[in-house]
Amino acid sequence: MSEPSGAITGASILLDEVTKQYPGQIKPAVGGLTLEIPAGSIVMLVGPSGCGKTTTLKMINRLIEPTDGKIVIDGEDVTQMDGDTLRRRIGYVIQAGGLFPHMTVAANIAIVPKMLGWDKAKISARVDELLELVSLDPAVYRDRYPKELSGGQQQRVGVARALAADPPVLLMDEPFGAVDPITRQRLQDELLNIQAEVQKTIVMVTHDFDEAVKLGDWIAVFDEGAQLVQYDSPERILANPANDFVENFIGSGAGLKQLTLTRVNEVELVDAVTATPGELASAVLSRLQGAGQQLAVVLDSRKRPARRLSRRQLSRMQVIDDTVDDSMPVVSDQSTLNDALDTMLVASSETAVVTGRRDVFRGLINVQTIMEAIAQANSSASADSEAPVGLNSGAIPAISVENAMAGEADGESAQHPVEEPR
Amino acid sequence: MFEFIGERYRQILFASWQHFSLVAQCLILATVIAVVIAALVYRNKSLSSLANGISAIGLTVPSFAAIGLLIAPFGFGVTPAVIIVSFFAALPIVRNAIVGLAGVSPSVVESARGIGMSRMRTLATIELPMAWPVILSGIRVSAQMVMGVAAIAAYALGPGLGGFIFSGLSRLGGAKALDSVLVGVIGVVILAFILDLILIGIGRLTTPRGIRV
Repeated sequence: MSEPSGAITGASILLDEVTKQYPGQIKPAVGGLTLEIPAGSIVMLVGPSGCGKTTTLKMINRLIEPTDGKIVIDGEDVTQMDGDTLRRRIGYVIQAGGLFPHMTVAANIAIVPKMLGWDKAKISARVDELLELVSLDPAVYRDRYPKELSGGQQQRVGVARALAADPPVLLMDEPFGAVDPITRQRLQDELLNIQAEVQKTIVMVTHDFDEAVKLGDWIAVFDEGAQLVQYDSPERILANPANDFVENFIGSGAGLKQLTLTRVNEVELVDAVTATPGELASAVLSRLQGAGQQLAVVLDSRKRPARRLSRRQLSRMQVIDDTVDDSMPVVSDQSTLNDALDTMLVASSETAVVTGRRDVFRGLINVQTIMEAIAQANSSASADSEAPVGLNSGAIPAISVENAMAGEADGESAQHPVEEPR
Repeated sequence: MFEFIGERYRQILFASWQHFSLVAQCLILATVIAVVIAALVYRNKSLSSLANGISAIGLTVPSFAAIGLLIAPFGFGVTPAVIIVSFFAALPIVRNAIVGLAGVSPSVVESARGIGMSRMRTLATIELPMAWPVILSGIRVSAQMVMGVAAIAAYALGPGLGGFIFSGLSRLGGAKALDSVLVGVIGVVILAFILDLILIGIGRLTTPRGIRV
């Protein structure tokens, strides 16, 4: 997995009229939910707290046993198979990672491979590979204990552990709920980078609609009783909320949320003059003038941006040193334009430095690029790919059938072949 | 006093070793029993409080009376001593084991189940290791307490330093009677101290760095 495979390794999931009825309660927690989750996509389950979205998620790996209905993963009915065996094939990430405090990072990640009986050398190689994947240096972090890590690092280890045995499906229960907003943004970007490499089927529960728009290929909006109100792409939910409930849930800033739909790697970046420490400042200055630009970006030996230098700063120095500027506005190419704009505003800068996988420098993004992208996004709002199936049946009336089914009249059991979401 | 010790130091050392060995072995037995009981009840609130209640009541039973009662069915010797010492040792450990197991964060247990660990595996590799420091502090309390209880076992002619205490007390005022009692009492205190040091050492060695306070 060290090189981007690009191939979908995820499996499709089908919840078929799944119901969870707790004894002694009149209304089912989840009633007759049918949900199709296409292979290799990220599906976000959103809704107010207590709406049954977490119950729905936990029924996929049968941490909560459904009272009725079928769960089909990759064409195989898993409703009757041994729960522990099933869960070893499904990655599971919870808030703050759910790491085992008495085990080292390496031991935490190695748990599932160990249960599956891998040999030691293979496990150890896999642990290092996964730590690399989640941007933690194996030499530094392998033997640490969870309490010696920051919240964001714990969360990364949690993701690494979930991916350990290369499961086709990853379930995440509000994984980024317990970290600060800046760390959350980074973790989200990283998850998207990782997903670009591994192409799993990811089902994530969140109560944060912005997060759903940013991460999701598809979003399922739930109301009380896991009643599916709308199941569609983020673009179309924003453009066409199914009803008042969804509209309220999206919030009044829906127009601005369009900014969350476009990512930095989808817009054209500005090339920048780059320099390396040790170079003569005058040489860089003349290149800068030749290119007609104001700022040069200094890169370190691994091509990661270290700082920016203006013409004036360059004219005052002889040789470029290797200082690192922590306040430089940097965004990942998986960030949304919203994140990028935010970063620029915080740094009071018209441009931000864009980095790609493993923090390698990609180029610059400026305010103008963002404005143009918004104008473009608004003009081409409707995509024509077909949404996957999602509906309620049985006790609860299906509210958004006409929307989710994209106009198909009689479709209770019909399965759509799903096209590439994006 | 020193004369008394000098005269029969071999006998004293042997009795001390017997005493220590009785307590150590009963402690291991009690830990196993207590952890099994705790593992059976900790997930159920009413069973937990029942076990805690029995543990609290058990501790109020006078050990001297208890061992007297055990002589009838089990006779004199090692058997009643082992039963009485293990019984009293298990009570504080049951309590701590329940507290320790119940204190493991539900999210950790959930994530263990979520990545495919069976109930037993979760208990053995996640919950018990995490509860271990609390269980161990229960074992230390037990160890101190049953050092004294083991001395009573001499009433049923069990092994250990209790013999010096009882024989001294029975002929108090006689020659070297007080010396005999003192040797028994001080010996028990020293053994308790040594055992506690050993348990602290075990704690250091068996508590992973990740959950040390």
